[in-house]
Amino acid sequence: MADPTPPVPEPGTNMGKALPRYEARAKVTGAPLYADDMPLPNPATALFVTSGIAKGSITSIDTSEAAGLPGVLKVYTHENAPSRQDLRHFMKGGYVADSVMPLAGPNIVNDGEIVAVVVAEDLATARDAAHRLKISYQAEQPATTFGSAGAEEKQITAGKHDVGDFDAAYGSAPVTLDVEYETPTMHHNPMELFSTAAAWDGDNLVIHEPSQFVWQLKNGAAETLGVDAAKVEVKNPFVGGAFGSKGIMTQRTGLIAAIARDLRRPVKNVVMRDQGYTLATYRAETRHRIRMGAESNGKLVALSHEGSEVTSRQDDYFVAGTTATAEMYACPNIRTGVSLVKADRNTPGFMRSPPETPYMYALESAMDEMAEKLGIDPVEFRRINDTQTSPTTGAPYTSRSLMECYDEAASSFGWSKRNPQPMSMAQDDWLIGYGCATACYPTNMMPATARIVLTPEGRAEVLIAAHDVGTGAYTVMQQIAADELGIDPAAITVRMGDTTLPPGPVSGGSMTTASAGSAVKAACEKVRQRFGGTVPAVDDMSAAFRKLGSNRIEEYAEWAPPGSGEDAIKALYKGKFGGGGGDEPKPLMYAFGAEFVEVRVHRLTREIRVPRMTGAFAAGRIVNPRTARSQYLGGMIWGLGQALLEKTELDLLRARYINDNIAEYLVAVNADVPEVDIIMVPEVDNQVNSLGVKGIGEVSNVGTAAAIANAVYHATGRRIRELPVTMDKLL
Amino acid sequence: MAAKCAQGYFMSSRPAMPVSRRSFIGGSAAAISAAGSVGAGKAKAQSSASADRAKKRTVSFTVNGDRREMEADTRLTLLDALRGPLGLPGSKKGCDHGQCGACTVHVDGQRMLSCFTLVAGLEGKEVTTIEGLANGDELHPLQQAFIDNDAFQCGYCTPGQIMSGVACIAEGHARTPAEIREYMSGNICRCAAYPNIVAAVEQARDAEG
Ligand code: FES
Ligand code: FES
Repeated sequence: MADPTPPVPEPGTNMGKALPRYEARAKVTGAPLYADDMPLPNPATALFVTSGIAKGSITSIDTSEAAGLPGVLKVYTHENAPSRQDLRHFMKGGYVADSVMPLAGPNIVNDGEIVAVVVAEDLATARDAAHRLKISYQAEQPATTFGSAGAEEKQITAGKHDVGDFDAAYGSAPVTLDVEYETPTMHHNPMELFSTAAAWDGDNLVIHEPSQFVWQLKNGAAETLGVDAAKVEVKNPFVGGAFGSKGIMTQRTGLIAAIARDLRRPVKNVVMRDQGYTLATYRAETRHRIRMGAESNGKLVALSHEGSEVTSRQDDYFVAGTTATAEMYACPNIRTGVSLVKADRNTPGFMRSPPETPYMYALESAMDEMAEKLGIDPVEFRRINDTQTSPTTGAPYTSRSLMECYDEAASSFGWSKRNPQPMSMAQDDWLIGYGCATACYPTNMMPATARIVLTPEGRAEVLIAAHDVGTGAYTVMQQIAADELGIDPAAITVRMGDTTLPPGPVSGGSMTTASAGSAVKAACEKVRQRFGGTVPAVDDMSAAFRKLGSNRIEEYAEWAPPGSGEDAIKALYKGKFGGGGGDEPKPLMYAFGAEFVEVRVHRLTREIRVPRMTGAFAAGRIVNPRTARSQYLGGMIWGLGQALLEKTELDLLRARYINDNIAEYLVAVNADVPEVDIIMVPEVDNQVNSLGVKGIGEVSNVGTAAAIANAVYHATGRRIRELPVTMDKLL
Repeated sequence: MAAKCAQGYFMSSRPAMPVSRRSFIGGSAAAISAAGSVGAGKAKAQSSASADRAKKRTVSFTVNGDRREMEADTRLTLLDALRGPLGLPGSKKGCDHGQCGACTVHVDGQRMLSCFTLVAGLEGKEVTTIEGLANGDELHPLQQAFIDNDAFQCGYCTPGQIMSGVACIAEGHARTPAEIREYMSGNICRCAAYPNIVAAVEQARDAEG
């Protein structure tokens, strides 16, 4: 393999500078950046107590011993909880990730629901008091997952595609494949715990909470608290990892703020690691059946992908990833569909590349199986079926550099050294396998607004309530503004994650650079217009300002992706998605990648190691190759975790998460991680948006699991169709 | 895959299981009622051990060179003390159960999980946190190396990674990339900046010569 790219790569074609992170110094010196770091005057500590059953009701709660402990301020249960307004699920046009309001009554609809809140002077006292609550339940048998008695199945229309005649084409195809795959429940486990701090000043409320969408949190909190949104401020300049888990607000915010209002004192709450498994969302388990038919020359003639996903009783959250898999390869006859299984669980939600991670795992595993059946190299099989147009609508891809990615990654990886025969490569006691898979992620965008301030000293400020969850958003906005204004990035400050700033998009769907960046660009253009088109050089700046008779230029701009409805910006200010879109057919916009891995499986113990991975990605313009490389790297390592480690174990009888801690829920640690070679394939796409950027936070997390499972097959001759691939499954 | 350094046992934050729930489960599954009773036993043992006495102890120690004297609740962890009364929120809480390394500090020069360290036991000790690592404006070589190698994304694990990394080098456990990976595996980085963290530790090791 070629040497892996260094942490700070040289910028290639269509890339910006590899500037260090805007906030780098603050992050290495332990500066207070995160929500729970923010000092509050004399805060009380709230600790949640969560239910020990998944279904039934509370028959009694005796709080007397807990409430009598010195240092305990109050114990809240459903009997004395402050009232709040109901919030609807975000997929129904509301604000929350789970529509069940905690402490609204005695009923329990999933394990780990909040049943009490102990508020005390400090955490040690609150914890002591929590263990002195006496709670009795009337428990009922819950339904946990697929196949559980009492779980209901529901067909949905999302993810349905029907092109040509699948049945006929599959029935007459010379080579066919019919396989099933499974992916497990997974939890995000960002390192920063979920938390809320609420402080009232009269009827003004300030909330410090990690959030990927502060304007949503502001509006949702106002709605549930029954106050004017103008009186609610959310502050969260940096998020300590999120991966989707902080993307949609939960009911915790309203509860803690209502308690702070009741106690007339600032209240802080940190959700303990185990509680986060049920008080936030997760990636639900999925099942897939894929049928494929091909000509013996490798041309796909029939593809069917049927997915099934688990959701809660209360909300129909789904990811319906067949919308991606149906677009991947040229095929004249396609049929896809998705069904839900509703069980007694908390509602799942976004987790890094929500639809593509499970669905592309299934498709890319099937592609490998089919290539083998056909006797065609897996890379060539993808080439034979590559397409530049949508197989479902015929719309063109704005750009699709999938095969360029394959070619660059294959050559760097040394794919040509692969003997196609399974179990044919070994060294000492280790069986060696090579595998590959396609990565893809759609280019999402949503409306955004931004403000730019420029001073006669030549200093600029970028103001936008976008979010940095570790993505490098501050740095990238600084760079975009520097390019647009033609001034030194060091002269630019950036403020984000605060609802006193103009609203930016949710930090999800890999859309911040495209959306927030477009709003920043639009505001910069307005600043330039004030000077007749070009911002003067620093030395001429104060003279130019004098000429304008001004000592401060401030411009605000709104931006919405083409095809957005009239109300798009209004909806953004309400913290909502959408605002409606036009019906005109849109071109397909996707980032692509190709991932190659080597695995080593011990001949006797079946221990699985991944010594190296290579990923090549094309995602339009790369604003900062340093932060981009880190995102690609992190995504591939996530994929490695999904392939080999991650699974939330379900207690099938009690509908509980068993390994709800970060020692037993295995995420990759340093010793698990091999050499990772990241290749950024140059791509120019002027159609996606005027910045030419696609979005990179999620694409590399797609495909890795399939590449690893395919490599395990190549090493051992065993197809494991159920993630994670663990040694017990290979014995 | 490599074993994770789970340096402690975890405690559920659920309350003791009520009797009525075990009676519902009844004889349906022995494993389940056993799990319930373990939970109950653990929680009970904890509360009876701490019953009715928020005991205080006067403790004197230094933090980043400053002498601190505290009337500390005997249950107070160093992490909660740092993030609360001591006003040093640089050390992070990622689990509170010794599983993640985000709270790593140095006590008498050794890396320690501050969520697993009681303030009551710190008499006469020297504590160093991420806030005390730089020499004024001059960053510690490992802090600089983290910047140079983009060894973080969200930055939440970073204080713990850096404190661990400094100790890892001092312990002589940074001789090869493989050794660095192994001895840095008690610090989880969910953003997965691992290869860059290894590069940063190598850079700082070489800078220190
Ligand atoms: S907070 Fe996780 S080990 Fe201390
Ligand atoms: S940088 Fe985010 S957890 Fe390490």
